[in-house]
Amino acid sequence: MAEISKEQVKHVANLARLEFDDEAVEQMANELSAIIEYAEQLNELDTENVKPTTHVLDLKNVMRKDEPKKWITQEEALKNAPDQKDGQIRVPSILE
Amino acid sequence: MSLFDYTIKELEAKLHNLEITVEELVKESYEQIKEVDGDVHAFLTLDEEKALEKARELDKREDKSGILFGIPAGIKDNIVTKGLRTTCASQFLDNFTDPLYNATVVDKLEAENPVAVGKLNMDEFAMGSSNENSGYEPTRNPWNTDHVPGGSSGGSAAAVAAGEVLFSLGSDTGGSIRQPAAFCGVVGMKPTYGRVSRFGLVAFASSLDQIGPLTRTVEDNARVMEVIAGHDKMDSTSADVDVPAYTEALTGDVKGLKIAVPKEYLAEGVSEEVKNSVMEALKVYESLGATWEEVSLPHSKYALATYYLLSSSEASANLARFDGVRYGVRSEKAENMLDMFVKSRSEGFGDEVKRRIMLGTFALSSGYYDAYYKKAQKVRTLIKNNFDKILEEYDVIVGPTTPTPAFKVGEKTSDPLTMYVNDILTIPVNLAGVPGISIPCGFSEEGLPIGLQIIGNYFDESTVYRAAHAFEQATEHHKKRPQLGGAK
Repeated sequence: MAEISKEQVKHVANLARLEFDDEAVEQMANELSAIIEYAEQLNELDTENVKPTTHVLDLKNVMRKDEPKKWITQEEALKNAPDQKDGQIRVPSILE
Repeated sequence: MSLFDYTIKELEAKLHNLEITVEELVKESYEQIKEVDGDVHAFLTLDEEKALEKARELDKREDKSGILFGIPAGIKDNIVTKGLRTTCASQFLDNFTDPLYNATVVDKLEAENPVAVGKLNMDEFAMGSSNENSGYEPTRNPWNTDHVPGGSSGGSAAAVAAGEVLFSLGSDTGGSIRQPAAFCGVVGMKPTYGRVSRFGLVAFASSLDQIGPLTRTVEDNARVMEVIAGHDKMDSTSADVDVPAYTEALTGDVKGLKIAVPKEYLAEGVSEEVKNSVMEALKVYESLGATWEEVSLPHSKYALATYYLLSSSEASANLARFDGVRYGVRSEKAENMLDMFVKSRSEGFGDEVKRRIMLGTFALSSGYYDAYYKKAQKVRTLIKNNFDKILEEYDVIVGPTTPTPAFKVGEKTSDPLTMYVNDILTIPVNLAGVPGISIPCGFSEEGLPIGLQIIGNYFDESTVYRAAHAFEQATEHHKKRPQLGGAK
């Protein structure tokens, strides 16, 4: 399964909220196929009884007290927003 | 002689004894930047007015005794700095001029009063090995501007090599501190995973990323590490382990030090020049009373594939936050909300970032998760076990940092895999989570620096620093300066 089709690229692009023109879809299909083909060398290894490593340190869930504290003001939160109105971030319409 | 030819410790003493002022030092930094940065392109954002203001304020203080007090520094542009533009070298964040908080490392530095002169260039979102993926003018190698400085912390390494700052902070996910340090002939440390807080480091691959210092000498490096290391409650993956005084480890004594040399690190693909420099370095260690033996890291050859699956998967999740809503550049072509996400991301991200998001999204997608992502996590365990076993018997692992010295600009941009192979000696260290440093250990025929990598046990940066320092003090490589590095 090293070949990634153009349809798969379009499907994955949709999941990743990206879009590509036809030429880029083809190039992406070729590049991803090459990388995945390379990655399939991992199948040479028997990992049947190997535990996956998600994290190298011996840490379990780390909890802290959920205490309210002052973080940023509304004004600050809006400082870097691309568009705003009446003290809120404005986005294009969600409903058609 | 430039003020930047002194070590940080020497400069601290000169400032303390009023032989020089912080203002002089900071001005020298900006003069050097004006002199060379048109060729080097290490900086993305400069903050001269505020830096000079801070310098003058520091000069008025009675107490000038702090570690790093008044020392000019640069910060990689994926480390968030309050009120100072932070772009991650991405056009997507070109307008992110007013970040609301400091990364923990920046707060820790500010408590000691070095002077941040600006933000440093990098591969976009730290994805790359040459700085050619910067969304801005790519950084060049100060030793020869036809060559790349390495990446992704290319600006951080080049700025130190070019004498623009005394130290910089970088980040290392698969070699992004050590590889550019090797290419630029400086010292770069990737600490143990969890040693330095990642709070405020714009995440690339959260289980691999670490912040670390780049400097001209090992002692300078240890000084910066003492300041930035330590547990942080804002980062749940930071480790609650005491931070030793790293500078006290710099005894010059490596008698009896047991060095492991993985045969895979001197195998095919590693250039003769690099191999020879490493063998010479091992002779130096022998002459200092250390011993070395050949060992094997049998799963090293699987590290690259493992790394690209895991790091891209983590990146695809981490970079989902960039959507053009709260900050960053929003596409003006969008007609509805969903379209705004898609168009902002497609216009904002560069090609390599998109490639990795796609790879990661694919590896995590339904039907492929077990075959790729989970498989890679299992191989990661095997790679980690290789390191654990060797570090039970040996104090450090030594080898080259990179297979070759700095390659030419444009040499490896056509094929992503060719570029990725360049990180084959640094990536296993991130997968295992252990600390690793790169120090200068020679020069190629062309006059480009070669890096020696020293890898240590978990949370044992002290031994890594001790070994690095002993070699440095027994050799002259670190004293050589690039043409663009200020006169020596």
